[in-house]
Amino acid sequence: MKLALLSDIHSNLHALEACLDHARAQGAQRFAFLGDLVGYGAHPGAVVDRIMLLTEEGALVLKGNHDQGAVHPPVTPQNLGDSSAAWTHAQLSSAQRTWLDQLPLTAQVGSALLVHASVNEPAMWRYVSDTRSATASLDAAQQFNAVRYVFGGHVHAQTLYYRGSESALMPFTPQSGVAIPVPKHRQWLATVGSVGQPRDGNPQAMYTLFDPDRAQLTFHRVRYDNAGAAAAIRATALPEYFAQRLETGR
Amino acid sequence: MKLLTNGSVLDGFTIEDCIHSGGMAHIYRVTYAEGSHDPGFSMAMKVPRMTSGDGAENIVSFEVECHIMQVLTGPSVPRFVAAGDLERVPYLVMEYIEGHTLGHWLDLNEVLSVDLIVRLGTAMARAVHALHLQNTVHLDLKPENVLFRHDAHHEVGAAILLDFGLSHHAHYPDLLAEQLRKAVGSPAWIAPEQVVGVRGDPRSDIFAVGVMLYQLCTGELPFGTPQTNAGLRQRLWIDPVPPRKLRADLPAWLQEVVLRCLEPEAAKRYPSAAHLAFDLSHPTQVHVTKRGTNTKPTAFRTHFKRWIKAAGMHYQPSPVPSQQVSEVPIVMVGIPYKDVTDATLYSLRQAVARALGSRPGARLACVTVIPSSMTSSTEEERSETNLHRRYLTQLHHWAQPLDHPGRQTSCHVLESGDTAQALLDYAQGNQVSVIVLGAATHGLKTQRFVATVPIKVAMDAPCTVILVKQELPFEQLGQRQAQVSNRYSDSDAESTNAATSPLYGDDLGPLG
Repeated sequence: MKLALLSDIHSNLHALEACLDHARAQGAQRFAFLGDLVGYGAHPGAVVDRIMLLTEEGALVLKGNHDQGAVHPPVTPQNLGDSSAAWTHAQLSSAQRTWLDQLPLTAQVGSALLVHASVNEPAMWRYVSDTRSATASLDAAQQFNAVRYVFGGHVHAQTLYYRGSESALMPFTPQSGVAIPVPKHRQWLATVGSVGQPRDGNPQAMYTLFDPDRAQLTFHRVRYDNAGAAAAIRATALPEYFAQRLETGR
Repeated sequence: MKLLTNGSVLDGFTIEDCIHSGGMAHIYRVTYAEGSHDPGFSMAMKVPRMTSGDGAENIVSFEVECHIMQVLTGPSVPRFVAAGDLERVPYLVMEYIEGHTLGHWLDLNEVLSVDLIVRLGTAMARAVHALHLQNTVHLDLKPENVLFRHDAHHEVGAAILLDFGLSHHAHYPDLLAEQLRKAVGSPAWIAPEQVVGVRGDPRSDIFAVGVMLYQLCTGELPFGTPQTNAGLRQRLWIDPVPPRKLRADLPAWLQEVVLRCLEPEAAKRYPSAAHLAFDLSHPTQVHVTKRGTNTKPTAFRTHFKRWIKAAGMHYQPSPVPSQQVSEVPIVMVGIPYKDVTDATLYSLRQAVARALGSRPGARLACVTVIPSSMTSSTEEERSETNLHRRYLTQLHHWAQPLDHPGRQTSCHVLESGDTAQALLDYAQGNQVSVIVLGAATHGLKTQRFVATVPIKVAMDAPCTVILVKQELPFEQLGQRQAQVSNRYSDSDAESTNAATSPLYGDDLGPLG
């Protein structure tokens, strides 16, 4: 059964819908949302509703640091992210906040372990951005039974870490749309990219499709109406910078 | 893995004879067990030797081969049929191709003719280029891994590359890459950069083809078969003995080609296998330097200096193979042999200069096609040699302003009754990446209905075609400018209909 892995949606309804459509067209039968549903974008309520609805079809949802921040916004905002948390908090109904608050930090699907940041103390929201942090996350995942794959988000980039002929992990930058064989006799860690806020200079949305039966992982980039998403941000009290970010993918 | 018995069935395949029993794997002929499903070609099954005594590297390289075989296409690789589950029963079923490996010619222990060497070398280079275009570098090319398809018409058929166990595909994680970089490959054919652990440079395959060409020319290995890492590293600074010292009748141009493949620095080798195939099939166009004419081994002093340099040599990881290959295109320009204005020739040259761009590795082939009926075997004035010389001189003259240090330019006169087909065949046969042609839009109304040479070439070309329009004489340019500004002044851009206006209509011809 093909599992679509979507992370860091960041209240971007335009990007979410585009990725859901794309994933369905690719044969995805189940969705997993790896946290940071909200923050930065214009549509926190609509995104939460959309994803809550998908849980009725079996979608898995994890909590991210921005979800946590939206439920419990910092009293004295220190940066743009914090001030967006306060704005997001006000947009969400108490039912939506309660739902976000009870989301788990990890989930296991077969031999795959899902997490927002690192399996190494998930609540610390550690970035998995190099082989060292990837090794720490993959090693921590061994406490779970028979885990061969760790899938996470948080870093807004698509990278696959694998063990080469030596034991140390090696990073690999995937090519969009290429099905990469990820046989189960090895251990793999992938950061699946960000649906709603790409930061690598390419404004296209990112998600990743996992096919456990064929042991293949396909990283995707999806064109979406980023101008529409930026316009929606400009129609709110959110900082202009968040809108520009979606236009440039930076 | 124990030997499979003849007649047994594995995952729907009936095992037949074991046709190869090597150190890494057994290979069997197989058919579909049901018999109903005929793939239309013979099949072979490769089963790795994976007993507890075998190294992990054997298993990894089999895994790599399974991944890469599944995505490779084209006539220079065996077709993929099926792969077994690596954890349950590992195997790989692929097309079985009748033919001889390169080893067949080397084992003859005969002096091979230059003509045969060239045909074997060209076939190899073409197959290697086809692989590089698919973002894959073989990295273990050697005589037993190059098969020549049986061909009823030719002594040497097309080359097929086998055994992708050490290969590198840019779209997949490199399972064979190591943090502690070590040489992976076969000692006699491995490129210097592979010795220091760089995987993924297409020019490593050019080096291996060079070693095989050297073997074909001389019967000897240029660097022997080193057993130690220190022995392997020697190729970072030692030049092989010039082939002409071992075989005096070898032409200088062929030595030039072989030794260029064997340059220790990848940047000094052919930038792509297409360039190598080009030189092999156009001996008269090879630019022969001292590297080709020399018959003395390199002096100790020179080697010593290079040894010092090699101690600190740093090989850079290379870009994606297909990208690297595309940066050194073979640009072909078709020049009409008659009825061509200076303005057209000028515009063509400008367009070629743009197509070559700033790429130092690009090569230019200037081609003209004359009708076969033009040459005469009785009239001296129209003899083939004389006519070819005349048109070659014209081409050289035309190409002279495009000369650039380090760029290879060659000129070719082809004879054919069908100009477009001759250009297409040339482009196909030489892995040309860009064709530049005059658009030949003389305003003939009939061109809308009759396929002109450029249109036929554009439709059937195996690559990008640039159709060049002649720049208008200065005074006409002025007129057009006036007309255009008039039109834009009294109507907005959307309402101007360029396609039907007389201004563009005639000139664009079938392109309109």
